[in-house]
Amino acid sequence: MTQVRMTVNGKAVSGTVEGRTLLAEFLRTDLHLTGTHIGCDTSQCGACVVHVDGKAVKSCSMFAAEADGAEIRTIEGMANKDGSLSVIQQAFQDHHGLQCGFCTPGMVMSAAALLKDNPKPTEHEVRTYLEGNICRCTGYHNIVKAILAASGQDLPAMAAE
Amino acid sequence: MPKDHGIGASSKRREDVRFLTGKGNYTDDINIYGQAYVYFLRSDVAHAILNKVDTAAASEMPGVVQIFTGADFAVIGGLPCGWQITDRFGQVMQEPKHPVLAHGKVRHVGDPIAAVVADTYAQARDAAEAIVLDLTELPAVVNMKDAVKEGAPKVHDDLTSNLCYDWGFVEDNKAAVDAAIKSAAHVTTLELVNNRLIANPMEPRVAVGDYSAANGEHTLYTTSQNPHVIRLLMGAFVLGIPEHKLRVVAPDVGGGFGTKIFHYAEEAFCTFAAKAVGRPVKWTASRSEAFMSDAHGRDHVTKIELALDKDNNFTAVRTETYANMGAYLSTFAPSVPTWLHGTLMAGNYKTPLVYVNVKAVFTNTVPVDAYRGAGRPEATYQLERVIDMAARELGVDPIALRRQNFITEFPYATPVAVEYDTGDYVATMDKLEEIGDLAGFAARRKASEAKGLLRGLGVNCYIEACGIAPSNLVGQLGARAGLYDAATVRVNATGSISVMVGAHSHGQGHETSFPQVIASMIGIPEDQIDIVHGDSSKIPFGMGTYGSRSIAVCGSAMVRAAEKVIRKAKKIAAHLLEASDADIELKDGKFTVAGTDKSVDWAGVTLAAYVPHNYPLADMEPGLEETAFYDPANFTYPSGAYACEVEVDPDTGKVTIERFSAADDFGNIINPMIVSGQVHGGIGQGIGQALLEACVYDENGQLQSASYMDYAMPRADDVPFYTVDHSCATPCTHNPLGVKGCGEAGAIGSPPAVVNAVIDALHSGGRKIAHIDMPLSPARVWAAMNQ
Repeated sequence: MTQVRMTVNGKAVSGTVEGRTLLAEFLRTDLHLTGTHIGCDTSQCGACVVHVDGKAVKSCSMFAAEADGAEIRTIEGMANKDGSLSVIQQAFQDHHGLQCGFCTPGMVMSAAALLKDNPKPTEHEVRTYLEGNICRCTGYHNIVKAILAASGQDLPAMAAE
Repeated sequence: MPKDHGIGASSKRREDVRFLTGKGNYTDDINIYGQAYVYFLRSDVAHAILNKVDTAAASEMPGVVQIFTGADFAVIGGLPCGWQITDRFGQVMQEPKHPVLAHGKVRHVGDPIAAVVADTYAQARDAAEAIVLDLTELPAVVNMKDAVKEGAPKVHDDLTSNLCYDWGFVEDNKAAVDAAIKSAAHVTTLELVNNRLIANPMEPRVAVGDYSAANGEHTLYTTSQNPHVIRLLMGAFVLGIPEHKLRVVAPDVGGGFGTKIFHYAEEAFCTFAAKAVGRPVKWTASRSEAFMSDAHGRDHVTKIELALDKDNNFTAVRTETYANMGAYLSTFAPSVPTWLHGTLMAGNYKTPLVYVNVKAVFTNTVPVDAYRGAGRPEATYQLERVIDMAARELGVDPIALRRQNFITEFPYATPVAVEYDTGDYVATMDKLEEIGDLAGFAARRKASEAKGLLRGLGVNCYIEACGIAPSNLVGQLGARAGLYDAATVRVNATGSISVMVGAHSHGQGHETSFPQVIASMIGIPEDQIDIVHGDSSKIPFGMGTYGSRSIAVCGSAMVRAAEKVIRKAKKIAAHLLEASDADIELKDGKFTVAGTDKSVDWAGVTLAAYVPHNYPLADMEPGLEETAFYDPANFTYPSGAYACEVEVDPDTGKVTIERFSAADDFGNIINPMIVSGQVHGGIGQGIGQALLEACVYDENGQLQSASYMDYAMPRADDVPFYTVDHSCATPCTHNPLGVKGCGEAGAIGSPPAVVNAVIDALHSGGRKIAHIDMPLSPARVWAAMNQ
């Protein structure tokens, strides 16, 4: 068993984990941050994406012990300080970018990472970036629209209805 | 001007806020104090005699609470099947036993053999590795046509063969259909495979069983589309628990697509084990387990013949289908290739004679059951592919051939036992030509050719039967349950409303759309109304959500209950206003005496109902709460026309979807934004089936596509933006909202459009390829081009 300490959504946390405990499991089980979801066991689906030191990471592909000392951000830390939805979260609601909601936390975390590095992506860049996030409900139409809208670009010119 | 509230408004989804902030409550988010975890040891071979399951060493492993095997369930009922088919010869289908844990034999890879309950999930999994199995492997049957050959290994030794049933429909039409095909001016014949798929909702299945020794009550939290169905099946047929001692809760559920309809062994196990070990027991499927234990979908092998007269009118359709049941009968499996498939074989066309033969076959594979569309995609695919092929053989335009044969008068009784109440197939095709800019296709083809790419256009129609289903009819067809739904409208003293509905929302947005209906009926804001769903202890009853039935059936129950509430509220208002209740009008949340300015608002009446100081207590009970059960008079018949344009790279066989357009007729629509989203999702899955997805078994019954590394799920860069339209609305005539249902249309209508487009592209490049089976992967397309 290993002692780990990290900052999660701005709060210092610690815990005792097995060597095999995944970061996703630590977040869900030890910290009760159940917004991070586990949808597969081959690091393909992206439902568990969080930010580790500012980078999007599939938290099922990292041991909790590896995140010792890191700064973690999860979906629970994405809203504005006053609790209102952030620009990306609001765009997902406005454009119906989610249905069952299971892939949504990972989608939002990936979208945030994309727009940080590439504030005005093309449709093609959004679709390519989302390769590692699987959604079974939306056919991706409204997810791509929501991300383009969150980037502040002229949506009617880019997306069919 | 778009509406901003009530029926017809694209109200934003209220459920989104919790999902977008990580506050959803999915089953795996539920942890009960003291819970233990179960890991299922599953068969890694397709077919074997189970000589011995030695758990002695495993029982000594750290943290192990108890290990269960098939012997522990030998006296407990097996998993029941909810539909019994009667075959062509009047015999009922062969129905094998389906034990909770395998007993005597394992019959597919993934069949659960033992269940290890331990303090932690990791301990349970570690201990399972120490279980020693003594197996005698048997030859497996995987291919359906081999499975029904004389001398094939039998999946179930106590059945006479691997044939579940041999169904004919309409059997009395068979001779006439045979004669019509024999005398036809032209017959187009097509053999095709409807590829086996895995539904893959993003949330794997989870079950948590809990038992209270204090009151003898069991609770099961489960990832289900229909908690009451699970309560009924598991309580009555598996574990023998009466309903009042069994609560089934399906909280937030991360997608279903059919595969979360069915009652699974893991649900029964966790419920049983919680009492047996005296602790809550939790199971969370890994994705690998989901691949080998969730019921699969489709898997039909079909020969279809379409007969035409000299003027190209369709005169007859005849089909022969082999439908895979897998190793056991999943809950609704027998109904999918029969009543949900054969009854749709007239399609949108006035073909006078139809005969459908279906042989359902047991194999050493995971059970197969309903997946989004369930039988209707299989029907549509065959019919719309063979029509396209006939048009090509006859040298006529495929759209014109369809238009010529459209049903144009309604109601229309098909030769396959159903009556379409409304539809306008000409209008949806006109709309498709407009939104898809089909006139501009030739120019776009030229542009593609200039890049060295082949461009194809594929068009098709679809009809589906939704709003499942009239109970007396399905009872005659073999259903072992009614298919009504129920709702309770509970008006609170200060006027807010809770509606308990039997439908279950797992992505469909019911929490937003159902209140829109009540808001329109009463004239109060939507945020005054909440729905409650997914908990058998809170809602009156319900058959759940599948078959695009929620708004058409449960929504109708809600309307009926609200009508009862309004009738009573008007009587209260009449008393308060000293008028006759016949003179009371309700509009915008206000009761008015017709022709006067005397009025009382909604909250004034509701308060009077609960604080009945000035109330006709001698004539009427206080309170304002009503329940209605609604049993539909007929199915609903959504329909539409879809168009796909593809580019094919002749060097690699790679297909790219360039445009996809869908014109649907869903009747009246409650929330257009949600309806469009449902169509988008269905199209995404249909493109997945057509180009990417294949569940593959090798000849030994090993599942080769058991992870997202091997099973190609559609990703964001596999699909384009879609153009969807649902303005061609012919309202349903027999339910109070005039709604038809929209959940499955996209998945039904899209695969033939994609395949028709690819075949068209190949022909434009001079390659006269009649057909390629789905998925149209680059390898398959390239091989077809280079054979």
